[in-house]
Amino acid sequence: MHLGMEGVCKTFLGSRHETPALRDIHLEVESGELLCIIGASGCGKSTLLNLFAGLDKPDSGSVRENGQEIQGPSPQRVLLFQEPSLFPWLTVRDNAAFGLEAAGVPLAERRRTAERYLDVVRLGKFTGRFVHELSGGMKQRVALARALCLEPKVLLMDEPFAALDAQTRDSLHEELQSIWRQTGTTIVFVTHNVREALILGDRVVLLSARPGRVLREFRVSLPRPRHFEDPGIAEAAREVLTDLRREVMKAELEERGMA
Amino acid sequence: MSRTARTRLVFFVSLLALWQCLCLLRLWPAYVLPSPLDVAGSVVDGFGSGLFLRAILRSLGRILEGYGISVAVGVPLGLLLGRVKAVQDTLGTVALGLQALPSICWLPLALLWFGLSERAIIFVVIMGALMAVTLATADGVKNLPPIYVRAARTLGASGLFLYRRVMFPAALPAIVSGLKLGWSFAWRSLMAGELLFVTVGLGQLLTMGRELNDMSRVIAVMLLIIALGLGVDRLVFLRIERLIRTRWGTQPHA
Repeated sequence: MHLGMEGVCKTFLGSRHETPALRDIHLEVESGELLCIIGASGCGKSTLLNLFAGLDKPDSGSVRENGQEIQGPSPQRVLLFQEPSLFPWLTVRDNAAFGLEAAGVPLAERRRTAERYLDVVRLGKFTGRFVHELSGGMKQRVALARALCLEPKVLLMDEPFAALDAQTRDSLHEELQSIWRQTGTTIVFVTHNVREALILGDRVVLLSARPGRVLREFRVSLPRPRHFEDPGIAEAAREVLTDLRREVMKAELEERGMA
Repeated sequence: MSRTARTRLVFFVSLLALWQCLCLLRLWPAYVLPSPLDVAGSVVDGFGSGLFLRAILRSLGRILEGYGISVAVGVPLGLLLGRVKAVQDTLGTVALGLQALPSICWLPLALLWFGLSERAIIFVVIMGALMAVTLATADGVKNLPPIYVRAARTLGASGLFLYRRVMFPAALPAIVSGLKLGWSFAWRSLMAGELLFVTVGLGQLLTMGRELNDMSRVIAVMLLIIALGLGVDRLVFLRIERLIRTRWGTQPHA
């Protein structure tokens, strides 16, 4: 599924201030591509994903999917959140099957599908548990399985691994790469971690400080699977980091100016 | 026995002993301050004659009916109130206003509407619990973590399914505290109603005790009312609350 944004602006209205989040964004995501978006915190990365997910509408410009304007959320375009978003009143299995339940899939079938994808994220033994019994990394894996159950054409990931420890994150990076290779899903992955972006992305887009604009694009052609400690990753990261630091500094200056 | 339980036991035994000693001093006549043994005797008599049990069953029957209706109406009404701005701005204000009225103030109106009937008391019980349940539910839905609804929508949930499977369970911790509050309001309203409007029930036992100048019966019934109120709170609500707190993660899992 091909995604596109053209001339997109988005401003949030507070009671006193207007916060411009995105300004004049042009972005194309090819079908089957794994695109990473990086930027300083508060640069509008999440807003961008929310627009693709159809949870928000742009003030101006257009957000399209295969050339069609995106009207609202769709189980074909699933958003994964940074914060835990599992439903604590459901078991792991029923959490994973939630999207299928909403789609009216019969109980036995949706349980089978949920268990299959829980196996994929290596949580096959935890299907009957409740959310409070899981660690942070396991929760994010359930959230991933919950999205995968719908076999979406597009996965939108909003810093889903940011709160996890390094080991868990490494193993999830590998899982995500292998899932992506097997399913051919289009993935837009937002992060503030340059190395993470370079490990996962075919292409990395750098957003400017608020309001977010597309500053630069990097093609990543290192061989897969990639790992955190690969020398190629470190080298590529240096180049991207120089640009990112400048943007972080700008963001800080602006925040100080506003305070 | 845990340390707390031991402390409590010692405290209550001493309290009873103190009370018994005061009575042995004969400072007041027995119809002013009956001894704990007199009260215990009244409890035994009351249960022995079936008088207490009949009263308990009638009172519990009434509260179940009145409270049941309050919950059945209050929870859906609260869901509506919490999600629809127009309903909140209109009915919400009415509910807030009515909550300021002690429910027993509805009794004269209820008597004029329903006459000296069972329905008048049930009505008072409903008016006692309904607003608490409604407002707590509305609050719960209004303040539920937006992440749940966003997550559900991106997974394709909408409409009634979203209400039933996400908003309602997400608001459940708040709803349960509303139910608990509603229960205690219903219990108070029922006792007040039964005291004023004499028919078989725990409130009537109190009134009867007063008329017969039987202080030990009065105290026995008061203790009974405390025990019942506390019992439901401990056996029903405390358990539900604990389960929800653990599972919903609002409290570290013990």
